[in-house]
Amino acid sequence: MIERTPLLNVFTHLILLSGVIVMLFPMYLVFVAASLSLKDVSAIPPHILPGDQLWVNMAAAWEKAGFGEKFLNTFIVAFGVVVGKITLACITAFGIVFFDHRLRMPIFWCVFITLMLPLEVRIVPTYAVAANALQPFQVLLDVTGISWLINSLSGIEVALEWNLLNSYTGLIMPLVATATGTFLYRQFFLTIPDELVEAAKMDGAGPVRFLREILIPLSVTNIAALATIMFVYSWNQYLWPLLVITDQSYGMVAVELGRLVPKISSTGGEVAKWNIAMAGTLIVMIPPILVVIFMQRWFVRGLINTDK
Amino acid sequence: MKRAVFNNNWVAAAMVAPQLLIIFIFFYWPTSQALYWAFTLEQPWGGGNTWVGFDNFKAILWDDLYWYSVQVSVIYAIGSTALAVGMALILAVFVDRQLRGFKSYKIGMIWPYAIAAPAVGLAFRFIFNPGAGVMLYVNEVFPGAWNPNSNGSHAMMMVIIAGAWKQVAYNFIFFLAGLQSIPRSLLEAGAMDGARVLRRMRDIQLPLLAPTFFFVLVINITDSFTDSFGIVDTMTGGGPARATNLMVFKIFNDGFQGLDYSGAAAQSIILMFLVVALTFVQFRYIERKVHYT
Repeated sequence: MIERTPLLNVFTHLILLSGVIVMLFPMYLVFVAASLSLKDVSAIPPHILPGDQLWVNMAAAWEKAGFGEKFLNTFIVAFGVVVGKITLACITAFGIVFFDHRLRMPIFWCVFITLMLPLEVRIVPTYAVAANALQPFQVLLDVTGISWLINSLSGIEVALEWNLLNSYTGLIMPLVATATGTFLYRQFFLTIPDELVEAAKMDGAGPVRFLREILIPLSVTNIAALATIMFVYSWNQYLWPLLVITDQSYGMVAVELGRLVPKISSTGGEVAKWNIAMAGTLIVMIPPILVVIFMQRWFVRGLINTDK
Repeated sequence: MKRAVFNNNWVAAAMVAPQLLIIFIFFYWPTSQALYWAFTLEQPWGGGNTWVGFDNFKAILWDDLYWYSVQVSVIYAIGSTALAVGMALILAVFVDRQLRGFKSYKIGMIWPYAIAAPAVGLAFRFIFNPGAGVMLYVNEVFPGAWNPNSNGSHAMMMVIIAGAWKQVAYNFIFFLAGLQSIPRSLLEAGAMDGARVLRRMRDIQLPLLAPTFFFVLVINITDSFTDSFGIVDTMTGGGPARATNLMVFKIFNDGFQGLDYSGAAAQSIILMFLVVALTFVQFRYIERKVHYT
């Protein structure tokens, strides 16, 4: 603080408090609704103080949405995506930075351009690929005439098929490619002094050993930063699981949330049980919020470094 | 560029291969498929696709529903971006004064980043629900004052507020980081020259924050075009009467409910060009930033 500005300080606190209230109040209303009985949720005037039904509603939501299984699935997918993304980002950047080959920049750009192709804009064809992940190769073989060649030589009909729908692989694979992570790792690797590489080489370490014993221990902060962001990212996936999962035993929490109340367009007789839905919302929100609050430092660093 | 490198390029190939394979299968191939579908039409009785040139695009561009969707998306983009960027900027500037308790304020602004779009959508759908909670009371006092289930502009307002609320935390993090990278000595020099707090904000901090501001602005616009599916799907389902039928949502609907792959692919291509254009704008910013710092 440079000078004394008592009036402005009061004003600052007022603005910041109202900001925090704007951020918190909606979630407070969610919390209140989650603690009321169905009758009280639609009472007039509305209840502003929480009731005593929170655990009852949470248990009901947990039961109704089958969150036990969904939480396990979501943790598996989040774990897979986090580990996959960090591994891929690390080794790709390693292959680009620490080797001298002509393809380093083209490969980097290949990865980087994927930033411009978010899942939402290629959703329909990506779904087709998920239905058969080997389809690209099948088409390539067909177009180049290789499958015809194989067929006429050996009599084997080439029909590659690998269905990813309703599987953890299908949920994880399309999400693990990471331009931002690769970029972050590349930036970090570029700051590694040449002397370190030379010393390692002189001591007889090959590239894999150098990666394992020097680079990975040096990049723990990177890993922590990426892991927090990627966890939140994968926990909150909605559109992709909504498409590839029709078998509910593979369902993820965010998708299940959308099913807690009937869609607005549906004209069924089902009454929206808002207290249960809000209890479900609370349950789903908790894990990523805890990660963001407790890993705040890593999270902020990761977010800022990956997106620039 | 590194001078000291390893020479075993087979290892390098093995290192980059997994990621290249995945982006080929899940990014480049689907994109090329989208292009292929956009220029062809599937025969209803099977038997491959026929080339139709720009017919799919023509069909879309001549379709009033598509233009309505574009119009709605633009309103959403402007509304949610203005709200989220404006609010985050004000909050960040004042948090950066680092008065007592600023760390708690910071956490208070950051945590909503963790909340999934459908959770935000559901929460705000409840809060703005005309049949329960606060809005039921409002409607009781002023009958018919609020009904997003039948009034298009109410629905749009609701979606914009939810989208903006979700985005504030993200913008706030970037603005605060941008502000904290401004050297304190500049502010102190300003204070020596007699500039008070608000004057320093206006004449030192905000101009120096311009690159961050621009970056956040572009990211917000891009996100509002691509990342709005979860909110729309849980809140309004594109209604009422298509009033919140944003472009992403329309692609999803045409593709998976209407099974019009060619039409959906053509719309995807248009949206992709939009994203590419916005990303290029952003790249230009990155280049400028490199030159100036």
